[in-house]
Amino acid sequence: MTTMAQSELHDFAAAYALDALDPEDRWTYERHLDTCERCREEVSSLRETGTEMAYATEGPEPSPELKGRILLAARAAPQMGAVVPMRRRWLLPATSAMAVAAACAAVGLGLWANSLRDEVGRQQIVALEGNPGRLIVSGKQATLVMCVPEAPAGKSYEAWVFENDVPRAAGVFAGGCRSVELARPVRQGNTVAVTLEKAGGVEAPQGDILMSADV
Amino acid sequence: MSEYAITLASVVGRRATPSQASISDEQLLKAVGGGDHDALGVLYDRFGKVAYGLAFRILRDRTLAEDAVQEAFLALWRSADSYRRERAKPSTWILTVVHRRAVDLVRREEIRRGDPLESAPEPTSGPVDEDVTLRSRRVEVQAALRELPEDQRQALELAYYGGYTQSELAERLGVPLGTIKSRMFAGLAQLRKLIPEH
Repeated sequence: MTTMAQSELHDFAAAYALDALDPEDRWTYERHLDTCERCREEVSSLRETGTEMAYATEGPEPSPELKGRILLAARAAPQMGAVVPMRRRWLLPATSAMAVAAACAAVGLGLWANSLRDEVGRQQIVALEGNPGRLIVSGKQATLVMCVPEAPAGKSYEAWVFENDVPRAAGVFAGGCRSVELARPVRQGNTVAVTLEKAGGVEAPQGDILMSADV
Repeated sequence: MSEYAITLASVVGRRATPSQASISDEQLLKAVGGGDHDALGVLYDRFGKVAYGLAFRILRDRTLAEDAVQEAFLALWRSADSYRRERAKPSTWILTVVHRRAVDLVRREEIRRGDPLESAPEPTSGPVDEDVTLRSRRVEVQAALRELPEDQRQALELAYYGGYTQSELAERLGVPLGTIKSRMFAGLAQLRKLIPEH
């Protein structure tokens, strides 16, 4: 968390609900939302009211062709759950955790998508092999930020930390664009990898490694 | 097959069209998340008009407004399976995506943003075939906005329809940032009381 006072953060709720925060404040506040359930509830309530303003607008009708264009474009656009989206911004080297978090938030459309806790400067960002996402390492805490297809029925993604080539289970997660905090600490020399396993996870990896990163 | 691969047809059976009205927004989003193009079409039928009205109010340009709506619906298409009911009602979530796209676009394009208070569109009777429910809701929300204290209404409208950030607003109106924050918060709280539940 930045040096911003908690009380100041709480004042952001209404502006956030109206999409009226400046980009940096929005990013900071979204990190705060990760840890503040009361704030999430407050924002939900304020946003619900703010969105009512959408219904007060009036103006021209959209062109009759717009629906067809949207449906046509959707046929050409992969879904999160279908294909790993190789969005251009993911292919650019990340210059900061903020860029990664912003991309994740933009792709995932979560209202508080990221859960990166530490200050930007102390983070190590490692590109993943096999996926355009990133591994963010802050001290011993590692977070995967990536998009993966929806897991097939009966399957889950499972993260692993390889310590001296011994895999340790580090958490199970579903598909979509997300940030996943690993349940095991990482150290220099470890490798983080993700496999597809039986739903709920297994004790030792059996599936192929879908993506990995050396710390 | 993914657990999300629920198609509109599986939700409503073969006779999809007559039953579409009974499908909840949430079921629709789930079907969209499962890759159902028909469900995306129904979602557009339900929200396209409001979405476009909102985008047009912000962008004041037909082409840009259509771009914003198209981008928003594609974003919904790509990420409908990340929708979580506990965070927002489907309608709130959908219109939030539309609002963000339009606001991002108005800021990126550096369109000269007029004062929504000065140039709010003239009330019209709306198209003859306009949905009665939508029309009455519009009247309700417009009336609620008119009942707000002037400074609160101004803050809400410049932020929500003008796409101004809170610091831009403070500068534009020549008041401290804290005042803007209070006006926005009080305005939303007051608006909540004035708008009937839906």
